[in-house]
Amino acid sequence: MIEVKGIHKNFGRLEVLKGIDFHVSEREVVCVIGPSGSGKSTLLRCINQLETVQSGRVFIDGVEVTNPKTDINLLRQQVGMVFQLFNLFPHKTTLENITMAPVILKGMPKEQAEEIAIGLLRKVGLPDKDHVYPAQLSGGQKQRVAIARALAMHPKVMLFDEPTSSLDPEMVGEVLAVMKDLAHEGMTMVVVTHEMGFAREVGHRVIFMDEGVIMEEGTPCAIFDNPQNPRTQSFLSKVL
Amino acid sequence: MSITPYPMMFGATLWEKLNSINGFNVVVSNWDYFLEGGLVTLELTVLSITAGMVLGLIIALMKLSRWRLLSSVAVIYIDFFRGTPLLVQIMLFHFGILPLFVDTGPFLSGVIACSLNSAAYVAEIVRAGIQAVDRGQMEAARSLGMNGSQAMRYVILPQAYKIVVPPMINEFVMLLKDTSLVSVIAVSELAHRGKLLYSTTFEPTWVWGAVCVVYYIMTKTISMMGDWVERRLATE
Repeated sequence: MIEVKGIHKNFGRLEVLKGIDFHVSEREVVCVIGPSGSGKSTLLRCINQLETVQSGRVFIDGVEVTNPKTDINLLRQQVGMVFQLFNLFPHKTTLENITMAPVILKGMPKEQAEEIAIGLLRKVGLPDKDHVYPAQLSGGQKQRVAIARALAMHPKVMLFDEPTSSLDPEMVGEVLAVMKDLAHEGMTMVVVTHEMGFAREVGHRVIFMDEGVIMEEGTPCAIFDNPQNPRTQSFLSKVL
Repeated sequence: MSITPYPMMFGATLWEKLNSINGFNVVVSNWDYFLEGGLVTLELTVLSITAGMVLGLIIALMKLSRWRLLSSVAVIYIDFFRGTPLLVQIMLFHFGILPLFVDTGPFLSGVIACSLNSAAYVAEIVRAGIQAVDRGQMEAARSLGMNGSQAMRYVILPQAYKIVVPPMINEFVMLLKDTSLVSVIAVSELAHRGKLLYSTTFEPTWVWGAVCVVYYIMTKTISMMGDWVERRLATE
């Protein structure tokens, strides 16, 4: 479903990604872990071209994202993204946040989009919050709305960029629960996270990144219980 | 307009000068002359700020454009109109540039010069407003599949609009005062009328005092309306 081949990314003279290769199969949940500044988020943002790469290629469902001829806007409609800071549209109600993209981009009738949106709000556990503005929601609720907003476009893939890192501890669980449901439904997901429990329980595969390269990857059991790379070992000894 | 003879000046005490029945009469008997001047000023301002807002938005978007040509044109435009005096721009356009193409009267010349000048300030206000919207908003919109202009239209501009309102009201007030400069090309607005009335009556204190009062009433009204709009936006 996602194929990343040898991507390099620089910010000015700082080399953030130093040749990354990996793939994600359909219905697979891949968790990316690693210390801050290791390039995890940048990698995720290169997948949907929020960052352009210096070299290397990215394919989603067989279409080359990094090809300038690809209609990136059309492609992004199939790739949902959830941000660390939610990035809900503050001037719109939750319902409008969710219906906006399908109405504008797919030309969906408003009533139909709202029906879908209400279904999605129920799915993320917020059926009564449809006419509320984001400012009136808690962090965990905002993130669940953000997930619903991304799902409204019926994406083939969901990218999560540290979705729980800016939440109060008691709200982390509600967001992870929604993501877990999504994984069980067979959504293809790439999750950059510091939630090792989630990575172990829900992830099919775990990638450990440091200093712009993939140091180690494998099944959660292999990575967490029997890490081979000394960097992985020292990172896990600090966070677990 | 009534013309009154030269008033007492020499040997009069300050009180006698200010307590001039003549000056008072000049102002009172010409109230409609001031009022009309105020209306001309208001007309000039409203036309200029409206045109300035449309043009300013376009220039702001040009300045933020990825295309170097567009952004360079915008930068030069803003630099020119903010870096030279409006008084000089008014004369340049009225006497120098517009006559090459069309035959405009002083009023239209004044509107054109003020609009072009105001657009430069509005462009900077709008640009600052757009850039004040959190970067994540653009990213979220783009990640859903919107193109740049859809994101701008549905996500960024509706949020920038609230940020832009207070400085825009300020620009409105500034422009209203600056339209007094078009008196130099004999547009019959408030300041020009003050100049005429003063030069025929020699009642500077009363005439210019009255001109100030009319300007003040207009600017105060605008800023009060602005406060009301801001309060409404805040509670939205």
